[in-house]
Amino acid sequence: MITFKNVKKTFEDGTEAIKGIDLHIEEGKLVALIGPSGCGKTTTMKMINKLIEPTSGEILIGGENIARQKEVDLRRNIGYVIQRIGLFPHMTIEENVGLIPKLKGMKKEEYNQKVDELLNLVGLDPSVYKKRYPLELSGGQQQRVGVVRALAGDPPIILMDEPFSALDPISRDQLQDELKQLQTKIKKTIVFVTHDMDEALKIADQIVVLKDGLIEQVAAPKELVQTPKNEFVRSFIGEDRINAFLNLHTPLLSPVTSIMDPLTEEIKTEFPTIDSTADLKLAAGEMTGRNIISMYVVENGKPIGIIHQNLLLRKLAGFEKGV
Amino acid sequence: MEIFQAFWDTILQRQDLIIERTIEHLYLSFSAILIAIIISLPLGIFISRKQKLAEFYIGITAVFQTIPSLALFGFLVPLIGIGFETALIALIIYALLPILRNTYTGITGVDQAIIEAGRGMGMTSSQILFKIELPLSLSFLMAGIRTATVLTVGVATLATFVGAGGLGDVIWRGLQSYNNNLVLAGAIPVALLALGFDFILKLMEKRTTPKGLKMKS
Repeated sequence: MITFKNVKKTFEDGTEAIKGIDLHIEEGKLVALIGPSGCGKTTTMKMINKLIEPTSGEILIGGENIARQKEVDLRRNIGYVIQRIGLFPHMTIEENVGLIPKLKGMKKEEYNQKVDELLNLVGLDPSVYKKRYPLELSGGQQQRVGVVRALAGDPPIILMDEPFSALDPISRDQLQDELKQLQTKIKKTIVFVTHDMDEALKIADQIVVLKDGLIEQVAAPKELVQTPKNEFVRSFIGEDRINAFLNLHTPLLSPVTSIMDPLTEEIKTEFPTIDSTADLKLAAGEMTGRNIISMYVVENGKPIGIIHQNLLLRKLAGFEKGV
Repeated sequence: MEIFQAFWDTILQRQDLIIERTIEHLYLSFSAILIAIIISLPLGIFISRKQKLAEFYIGITAVFQTIPSLALFGFLVPLIGIGFETALIALIIYALLPILRNTYTGITGVDQAIIEAGRGMGMTSSQILFKIELPLSLSFLMAGIRTATVLTVGVATLATFVGAGGLGDVIWRGLQSYNNNLVLAGAIPVALLALGFDFILKLMEKRTTPKGLKMKS
C-alpha cells in the first residue's frame, strides 16, 4: 500500500532527520512507528501526506509516486489525526466530521448516514452529540471525534500522530481498545506514531523501530519482543516488557519462578526439585512424565519455593496468576 | 434651566448647519474606516504569513500613530493642500494601526494544531483562511475596527482645520465667536456618535465570537 524507497530528509537547518529508509506498509495493517524523540518517526509519517517533502527517494501509495500528486487531492484521501486533536472549535461535531466529505463535493444526504454510523461506532450517540461543539466534550470524546473525522471521507489510509498521548491514562486505554476494535471492522491502513511501547505492542500489527533517522527493526509485536534485532531495540522495549509479554503470550518459555510460591515454612514433605532457571516447558515435562503434583524450586542447590501442577496448568492455559 | 434653554435655542437655530456637518463628519469618518479596512485587512493577513515582516509593518503604522493628530494634518497640508482628501488621508493613517494589529494578532493567535489538522485533511490555504482563520479571529478584527472607528470619529473633528468640514466646524465657529452653546452643539454630537458606534460595534464583536468558543468555561 505504502512504500518508501530510499527516502531521505535533510531539513533546511542541516538536520538529517531521515537518513535513508526503505519500508513497505501492507494494506489493512496497523503499523506503529516508534522510537525515541528525534528519531524521525513523525517526519516519516508526515512525508506520507506531503506535510513534509522528502529530500530524495520516493514514496509510493498504491504503486503511484506521491510526488506527482497534488497535495490537496492526496490529503483528502488520507485521514489525519493529531495529538492535540485539532477539532475546529467554531464548528459543531457534525460540521467538523462532515468537512472532508463536503470538500470532496459530496452532498449532505450522502455522507450524513456515514457520519452517524461512525459516531455510533466510537460510542457517541449522534442524536446527542452532533449539534454540540468540541469544547463541550471531554478530551477522550474529542479525540473520538478526531478519529471519526479522519474516517469520514472514507480514506484508505489514516495517519495518526501520537493521537492518545495527551489523554489521561484511562481514556487512553479505552481509546486504544476502541481503535483496535474499530480496525477489525474498517480494515484501513493505519500509520500510527507513538513513543509508548506498551501502546505499540497493544495495538499494532507491525512495529517499525526507528533511531536517528534509520529503521532498526520491522516486526510484529510478538516477534519484536521475542527476537529484538540488537541491543538498542532490546533496551528500547525494556526487559520488563519483554518478560511480561513473553509470560502472557508464550507461557511455555516463562521461568518456573513466575508460578512459584515462596517457601514459608520448613520443608516437611519430600518433593522432586527443579532448577529456578528452568522454564515452564521443562517443568511440565517433568511433572507429566513422572506424575508429580508439586516440585521444589532450587537456586544454587537451596530450595527457594514450590510449584504446583494446577497453577502450572492454569498458566499454560493462558489464565492470569491465581487459582 | 436658562442655560439649557439657550443651548436648545442654539441647536434649533443652527440645526441645518449641525445636520449638514454631522453628515459630513460621518461621511468622512466612514470613508476613512472603509479604506483603512481595505488596506489593513489584506495586509494583516499577508503579514501573518510572513512573520518576519510583521514587526516592520506594524512598526511603521505605530510610528504614524505616535504623531499628534493636529501635527499630522499640518504635515499633509504642504504636501497635498487642503480639503477633503487631506483629512481623509490623515484619518486613514490613524485607523491603520488598530485594524492591522488586531488582524495580525487574531490570525496568528489561532491554534496551530487546528491549522495543521486542516492542512493535513487536505484543505487549501484559502479554505483554511476563510473557514478557519477568519471565523476564529473575527471578533479580534471587529475589536480592531471598533477601536479605529471611535478614534476616527473623534479625530475627524480636526478636519475643519484643513477645510474638510465636519462637526469640528461647528465647534470651531463656536470658539471663534465665544459661543459656548455652539461649541457644545458641535462637541456633544461627536461624543454621542463615538459612544453610539462603540456600543453598536461592541454588540457586533460579541455576535462574531464563534458560538463554540463562548462555551469555554
